[in-house]
Amino acid sequence: MKLDVRLPIGLMFTILGAILTVYGLVSGDTIYDRSLGINVNLWWGLVLLAFGLVMLVFAIRARSTPRGDAP
Amino acid sequence: MQHIHLGAIDYTILIIYFAFVLGIGWVLRRFVRSSEDFFLSGRSIPAWIAGLAFMSANLGAQEVIGMGASGAKYGMMTSHFYWLGAIPAMVFVGIFMMPFYYGSRARSVPEYLKLRFDEKTRGFNAITFAVMTVFSSGISMYALAKLLELVLGWDFNASILLSAVIVLIYIFLGGLTSAIYNEVLQFFLIVLGFLPLVLLGLKDVGGWAGLTAKLQTVATQAGFAPGAWSDSWRHVGSATANPMGVEWFGLVMGLGFVLSFGYWCTDFLVVQRAMAADSMAAARRTPLLAAIPKMLFPALVILPGMIAIALHVTRGGLLPIGSDGTPNYNLAVPMMLGHYLPTGLLGLGLTALMASFMSGMAGNVTAFNTVWTYDIYQSYIRPGQPDGHYLRMGHAATVFGILLSVAAAYATTRFNNIMDMLQLVFAFVNAPLFATFLLGMFWRRTTGHGAFFGLIIGTGAAALHHGLVLSHGAVPGLKGAFLGAVLHTYPSEMAQNFWTAIFAWTACFVATIAISLLTRRNKPDEDLKGLVYALTPRLKDRDLPWYKQPATLGVLVLGLTVVLNVLFW
Repeated sequence: MKLDVRLPIGLMFTILGAILTVYGLVSGDTIYDRSLGINVNLWWGLVLLAFGLVMLVFAIRARSTPRGDAP
Repeated sequence: MQHIHLGAIDYTILIIYFAFVLGIGWVLRRFVRSSEDFFLSGRSIPAWIAGLAFMSANLGAQEVIGMGASGAKYGMMTSHFYWLGAIPAMVFVGIFMMPFYYGSRARSVPEYLKLRFDEKTRGFNAITFAVMTVFSSGISMYALAKLLELVLGWDFNASILLSAVIVLIYIFLGGLTSAIYNEVLQFFLIVLGFLPLVLLGLKDVGGWAGLTAKLQTVATQAGFAPGAWSDSWRHVGSATANPMGVEWFGLVMGLGFVLSFGYWCTDFLVVQRAMAADSMAAARRTPLLAAIPKMLFPALVILPGMIAIALHVTRGGLLPIGSDGTPNYNLAVPMMLGHYLPTGLLGLGLTALMASFMSGMAGNVTAFNTVWTYDIYQSYIRPGQPDGHYLRMGHAATVFGILLSVAAAYATTRFNNIMDMLQLVFAFVNAPLFATFLLGMFWRRTTGHGAFFGLIIGTGAAALHHGLVLSHGAVPGLKGAFLGAVLHTYPSEMAQNFWTAIFAWTACFVATIAISLLTRRNKPDEDLKGLVYALTPRLKDRDLPWYKQPATLGVLVLGLTVVLNVLFW
């Protein structure tokens, strides 16, 4: 493959997830009135972070194996 | 209407997304060496990537906004666009048609028509398709910019310029590969951007049970049976019993058969993704793998609309009311974003909306530049040039394709009627196409004259039918009956469109057979090898593991779709 598409996807969601998680930790409670009182930035940020990291792990593992081609 | 306010973090998320789509184009630019690299990704894309791109290219902003709007307006019956329409057609194109598209080595759908029939059939399809893609990308650009202006207060010109320039850069640099890779990224962004909205909305209305209870109020207030907004099949016995105003036959034949198969099986925008796959087996799996997420997408795009109307009716005032007194359904999804998502996640949701717009537009642009370069420029304007010449033309076509789309977007703001008329004409041209492909692929006796004149007659039949009927409450003109007489009045515009398609398809099917029998075959059996079912060796899938066999995947996908239909009957 020319470029493992999981690499940019993993990178982007890791960055977006990290930003949202941090923002969720520092933002005040009042903005979460509309999301039913749930700190969705924190929780969904963690989901994005996990998804991004899984993609990155797959991309890096495919890179380090000798044939290096994706499934 | 009050604008939704965005914070710095929302803009940061949007900018990061822009950086990544441009970055992908930049990295892929060095893999574009020949015209086939640019237009068909050098036929090197693995099945799962092609599959996600196949689904994503269709997932324009109009799909996301439109399906949400339909979810609010028609409720659960909107799922027919997926579980009755798209999925069976995607299975059909993967199992039965891809062997000819991919096996013939045609570089585009119009080129297949040339190989199978003749030059004039290809020319007709290529030209109508090229015009159509430019205008539809222009119209969706206009729709998105209007929406952003209304909801966020963004400048109309800036929205158009920004989205056009970004799509232009990444396609110009990396061609189809860049469009496809970005479509995969956009797919995940659309899913992860809209999912929190659906989860919050469902939690708010009390889950599926709470939603159906609220939708009963919606249905009874509109004068229908209580389940009319939450059942997909139970109320299609008569057109007056459901909000869509269609009866089961028009629904199954018009939407399920003619329109869906016509789109998914013959539209180069989606077929191009499968043609870019790295092998025949991968090309056949492309639509089948795309069908798996496709079948779950109603939860992501229709459900928000259903939740919006439930809240609008039971709690009041979620959707702005238009000048005709009905809610503005097109704002269902944007309003839901603003209603539930706090700054931060709101940025992600809007980025997902932008992503869906860009994937749709990139789909149009890559299909346009290929058909323009191979089927129009190379065929009629300057044949016989070295490959590098066509690669440069591809780059140029990307630029002027986007410029024409922008022009179309501005034309829409000035002359709304012309756009409505063009869309109507395209609907006439598209409706009969599937009959031509079906006969071409499965009946070797079909002739070039039969195909060409069959298409013209089918298109004419569509125009004639539309010109003589009207939908309930509409005034004669673009909405129908432009020929002066009203022979029949359909209960809804939807029913009218479905029946126009049925008439067009049937006329094309019958005329193609009749003319083919009256004319001499223009291609001997030898020339039709790999293009027609009876003259193509059967593909052996036995060596593949079961989960990679198209037939097994197809049965699995169809089985799951039946289950979904029954669950939400």
